[in-house]
Amino acid sequence: MAVFGTLSEKLTSALSNLRTKGKLSAADVDGTVREIRRALLDADVSLDVVKSFTGKIRDRALSDAVNKALNPAQQVVQIVNEELVEILGGTQSQLTFAKTPPTVIMLAGLQGSGKTTFAGKLARYLKSQGHTPVLVACDLQRPNAVTQLTVVAEQAGVQIFAPEPGNGKGNPVSVAKDGVKYAKQKMYDTVIIDTAGRLGVDEDLMREARAVRDATNPDEVLFVLDAMIGQDAVLTAKAFQDGVDFTGVVLTKLDGDARGGAALSVSGLTDRPIVFASTGESLDALEPFYPDRMASRILDLGDILTLIEQAQKNFDEEDANKVAEKIQSNSFTLQDFLEQLQQVRKMGSMKGLLGMMPGAGKMREQIDNFDEKEIDRTEAIIRSMTPAERETPRLLNGSRRLRIAKGSGMTVTDVNQLVIRFESAAKMMKTVAKGGTPNIPGMGPVPGVRPKGKAITAKKGSRSGNPAKRAAENAAIHSASSPTGNSFGLGSEPTSELGDKDHETLRRLLERGGL
Amino acid sequence: MAWSLSKAFRGLFAGAREVEPQDWENLEDTLLRADFGPRVTDEVIEAVHAIADGSKPLDTDDLRRILGEVLEERLASFDPTLSLTSESGKPAVVLVVGVNGVGKTTTIGKLAKFIATRGKRVLVGAADTFRAAAVDQLATWAERAGADIVKPQQDGQDPASVAFQTVERAVASGHEIVIIDTAGRLHTKSGLMDELAKIKRVVQKSVPISEVLLVLDATTGQNGLNQAEAFLEQAGVTGLVLTKLDGSARGGFVFAVQELTGIPVKLVGQGEGIDDLTGFTPHVFVRQLLD
Repeated sequence: MAVFGTLSEKLTSALSNLRTKGKLSAADVDGTVREIRRALLDADVSLDVVKSFTGKIRDRALSDAVNKALNPAQQVVQIVNEELVEILGGTQSQLTFAKTPPTVIMLAGLQGSGKTTFAGKLARYLKSQGHTPVLVACDLQRPNAVTQLTVVAEQAGVQIFAPEPGNGKGNPVSVAKDGVKYAKQKMYDTVIIDTAGRLGVDEDLMREARAVRDATNPDEVLFVLDAMIGQDAVLTAKAFQDGVDFTGVVLTKLDGDARGGAALSVSGLTDRPIVFASTGESLDALEPFYPDRMASRILDLGDILTLIEQAQKNFDEEDANKVAEKIQSNSFTLQDFLEQLQQVRKMGSMKGLLGMMPGAGKMREQIDNFDEKEIDRTEAIIRSMTPAERETPRLLNGSRRLRIAKGSGMTVTDVNQLVIRFESAAKMMKTVAKGGTPNIPGMGPVPGVRPKGKAITAKKGSRSGNPAKRAAENAAIHSASSPTGNSFGLGSEPTSELGDKDHETLRRLLERGGL
Repeated sequence: MAWSLSKAFRGLFAGAREVEPQDWENLEDTLLRADFGPRVTDEVIEAVHAIADGSKPLDTDDLRRILGEVLEERLASFDPTLSLTSESGKPAVVLVVGVNGVGKTTTIGKLAKFIATRGKRVLVGAADTFRAAAVDQLATWAERAGADIVKPQQDGQDPASVAFQTVERAVASGHEIVIIDTAGRLHTKSGLMDELAKIKRVVQKSVPISEVLLVLDATTGQNGLNQAEAFLEQAGVTGLVLTKLDGSARGGFVFAVQELTGIPVKLVGQGEGIDDLTGFTPHVFVRQLLD
């Protein structure tokens, strides 16, 4: 489940009231903002960040910069999302590597935040990227921290530099210095320094951390923070910023059900990027942190906002109208179909696209079974046709089909199936178009492909063509207001996969306001 | 300078003067900042309002007194007594559980010391066979506390079997208190939570369990509630241990977690030293916050 699950639910319910109303009044906005405030507090976002956040939302929601492309509810979603992304750091950030090795990465954080485990994960990660990391054991305080790091290093398959036994013995500063020296001598290109954590924040800890920092001049100082931390996140983060001036943040234990409000708090207050998200106990459970993804997850709209944006970007309205026209005049050709396919593809992988849909969790299996290659195959077949054939599929006699099959590396049966499906779909589209299906102009290319999809779904297990349908379906996401057919076309009663509420939500979200 | 709840309260109530609307807002902010959570904050404010609105004029001293009463009353419904008694001839077994990094092993070290200094023979069981070096860490603590320890016989041994061996040995050698360490686990991992249930089952075949203590990091925010709920359901938690309470002075969490889970706080850890674990006394706690 999404990391920010519960916060998402709350914001969604806060915003669902807005979705049903046409216009935003000050009272609407205030009510919603109150809900958002509460949801954020429940998610352990620090009070100051909550205050400034809700303040901004309110101001923006009430200001008259109206986006004609979206309805008011979508606008609030968008505003909330934009602000979240902004706080979370805008874009994804990367580790900085030194021009001349070794790169020194120092880890700092409270006790129990997961520094030592993260050190192992980072080492493993860097190793997989072709680096040669060495772990330096500077946590000489906690009983057996050195032993733990040794075990972790072994698991990660990297070298460890641990000259001191720890348990209160040894000087961390000189260990750190020697560690860097050691790396230079032995040609390791990255040094990861694990430092001691303490309960709370105390000056001794900071002095020690500062001394280690000054002695090794690290390229990155990563502040390791437990995602489950509460209002204390602010103080801890500030103390570490003042103390060691970290360059990036690592959130750990994100695989729990913590809402991770700390992510918001820390980014909001320290202006330092979150570099990694640590999501499990295995040493491989480390991911780069994607602010935009996190923000969208908070809203529990899947990454539907991404979807809206991508759709807006890629689906040119003019094209859309052209397609609609063509469908109506019965001149929709295989060439058009190919173009549609490519537009859908611009939105990214189908699996990714499907995974972004709210409620996608329930159809995980179907999504996993989806074969991206299907689209490739369909494209290959159409590309093996001459322009004339694409315009007029009737030209396709036996020998042409054989040529196409050979050209595309498929069989004649595949080609036949594609043509049959295309024809029946085109027929269906025409019927639908004549019947005046709502939203066709609004949702552009989608309507074009959607009915085709339906036709194709009838033949379960077919290879070509199907993807188009799927693609279209998913891009369209119920653009037509009457969800008659399979909603996702994944081959099994999809309509029931999503609750009515989800349908409604989706439809509303994708429906362009005012169109 | 670290923020603390008591300092914030002191600032709020400095010098007796009439209560202004601004004070209510500050009070709310203060409670929220102390991890009371939005729900308990609302309830506390409401309860204070209910009493305060009847007595006017109202000055900040009154407000503080009323707040103290409200807070104490809220704590009074929980019994913080640690039960360490068992059938005669059998040891009292304490199972210690919690998510990763909250200070379980440290807590056990302190608890062992706490009990050992009162003249009881303590045996600790190192059933955290998962985390690297956890057994060594516990052994170090046990030595400092003067307690005996049962270690796994091989790497990655089933924790339930370590727990069982610990209890068996305690029965055989006449230890009065058994404390069993378990691996930290996120409460969302059902497989690991089942493992806890198994440890409990296996131990109870031999000796009844006196306490299942859930160790919570006091700096944890509202997620602590989810943790407590999950562990209550899976491991039958009977008491809470709040660690790192000194790190933040975030007393609010005590209220939130007790009220929303119904489990009493029984021990609090207030420092890094081995003697820094104490029992929980509600009225002292409230007085510390407000005076």
